[in-house]
Amino acid sequence: MAGVRLNNVTKQFGDVTAVDSLLLDIGDQEFLVLLGPSGCGKSTVLRMIAGLEQPTEGEIWIGERCVNDIAPRDRDVAMVFQSYALYPHKSVQANIEFPLKARGVPKGERANAAREAAAILGLVDFLHRKPAALSGGQRQRVALARAIVRQPEVFAMDEPLSNLDAKLRGETRAELISLHQRLEATIVYVTHDQVEAMTMGTRVAVLDKGLLQQVGPPQEVYDRPANTFVAQFLGAPAMNMFPPGLLEPGNHLVGVRPEHLTIDGVGPVAARVTLVESLGHEALLTCVTAGELTVIARIPSDEAQPKEGDAVFLDAPLHRRHRFDVVTGRRVAP
Amino acid sequence: MSRSRAREVLLALALLAPSLILFGVFIFYPLGRAVYLGRYRGTSDNLRYVGWEQFRNVWESNEFHDAMITTVQFALITVPIGLVLGVGLAVLADSYIRGIGIFRTIFSSTVATSVAVASLMWLLLFQPSVGILADALPFDVFTEPGVLNDEDTALWAVSVTTIWSNLGFTFIIVTAALQSIPVDLYESSALDGARSWMRFTNVTVPMLGPTLLFVTVVLTIRAFQAFGEFDLLTGGGPGNATTTMTYLIYGNNSLIRNDLGLQSASAVLLFLFLLVLSIVQFRGLERRVHYGA
Repeated sequence: MAGVRLNNVTKQFGDVTAVDSLLLDIGDQEFLVLLGPSGCGKSTVLRMIAGLEQPTEGEIWIGERCVNDIAPRDRDVAMVFQSYALYPHKSVQANIEFPLKARGVPKGERANAAREAAAILGLVDFLHRKPAALSGGQRQRVALARAIVRQPEVFAMDEPLSNLDAKLRGETRAELISLHQRLEATIVYVTHDQVEAMTMGTRVAVLDKGLLQQVGPPQEVYDRPANTFVAQFLGAPAMNMFPPGLLEPGNHLVGVRPEHLTIDGVGPVAARVTLVESLGHEALLTCVTAGELTVIARIPSDEAQPKEGDAVFLDAPLHRRHRFDVVTGRRVAP
Repeated sequence: MSRSRAREVLLALALLAPSLILFGVFIFYPLGRAVYLGRYRGTSDNLRYVGWEQFRNVWESNEFHDAMITTVQFALITVPIGLVLGVGLAVLADSYIRGIGIFRTIFSSTVATSVAVASLMWLLLFQPSVGILADALPFDVFTEPGVLNDEDTALWAVSVTTIWSNLGFTFIIVTAALQSIPVDLYESSALDGARSWMRFTNVTVPMLGPTLLFVTVVLTIRAFQAFGEFDLLTGGGPGNATTTMTYLIYGNNSLIRNDLGLQSASAVLLFLFLLVLSIVQFRGLERRVHYGA
């Protein structure tokens, strides 16, 4: 395995800058999640690491090699595509074997390696089937088996769970985490799903409009977002953003996560409840302030819940407030 | 049959009627008429009944055998070469480089050229006295008597015309099929370590399978039905060197041109031969073809 270093990498498509001066170190055996909304450049970063796109500027290092001028096949990066990119005319076994076949590994040896990879991912019973005869989850596992069979230095995964249903996504998420631990692999994982980012990554790199916004362990990024974009992108529902002077005196934007808002009846912000969404273990209250600011509060279901139309007063503990510069949006304190 | 079922059948027949009428008038009736006439000898105003025996006599005749062999040779030349050239050009043109649209237009232009125009163009090119090829190429074969008048080269010369004429069709169909192959598959195979030839054999060709099967069958049928280029370029000659099945049936210089019965019997036998050949092609090649995702 090897680490990956992106040294001031920029990628332009015509006049559009997809990735802007990205400086990112991905450690050996790290599970780094590239997180961001559609079009933020995260897939472009992954494709540049894999060699499917050439950076306009900057250097990409895998281990001790600068790979800018190295062809995809020689970078030793295995990629799992969002579409899985399985060869539909080949059996599961032939799909898994293909990377070894392309590298001239003898038939018997590659058949054994394919069986081992299939065993790790529970595919032994499906080796003779064609991809069309598999479920979405099984196809996804074939794509993973094809990636692990050649024991690459780096795995690049481009939203591999996005085509699965919610239940299967949860199961496969857990499988990928244990696979990472088992293979001790360096994984660069692209997603726009914050649950995947929070649960899978050893670190999360948040991108927006091609710019790296913040990188760090998921909990740290969640607890101490570097700017209003990260604050509002990570977390569902998004962090509430109070304009200066509304929740507290001062000239900063004040961010409060929905679970940290209180509605005790003595808070500084008067609002009216417009919607109550009961989720079983908790409820989401949508409130609108006198200044037409929409705020969402999350309260446990065992607490007394106001009804739609009730007047409430919103507040948040001081240590749960995030303050951001009004102009730059950057975190200012604490 | 219940009343509702009878109504359904009537409705189905009514909906099928337009196509049934068209097929009936232009395909089934002529086919039935050909089978009927195949049992007679003579011209349309002087037919005499000889019976079903005539089909066997035609099948066993030397003229039919020779024409069939020439036709098969013609198909064996034009289909594989046409297919390889069409796929090759389509693969070359399936890239995002500046000006590729011009090449695509040029490569596909032959589809808009009629057999008559193509034949006349090649007739001029092959002309031993004024033809460009005789002047431009240093091969004796293009000089007098010319490739079209030499028994050894005439079939190849007509084949060149046919391959050229069919190239646009193959190019367009294969280009469309190439553009429907997911880019992910190429990217994945590149990362897996496959070089261009391996990507071509392991991704492009299998993914083109249904298209290649279709084009193979169509080109084969076209080869067996080719008439215009033989009529215009060689008239079935020199000797019988380019007398194919269709030329034997319709050609001005054909031995049986004045016998409606023999022509009809030959046409029916050609139809049966093509039918069996198409079934064999589909059955044989379909096993190697992958459909769908």
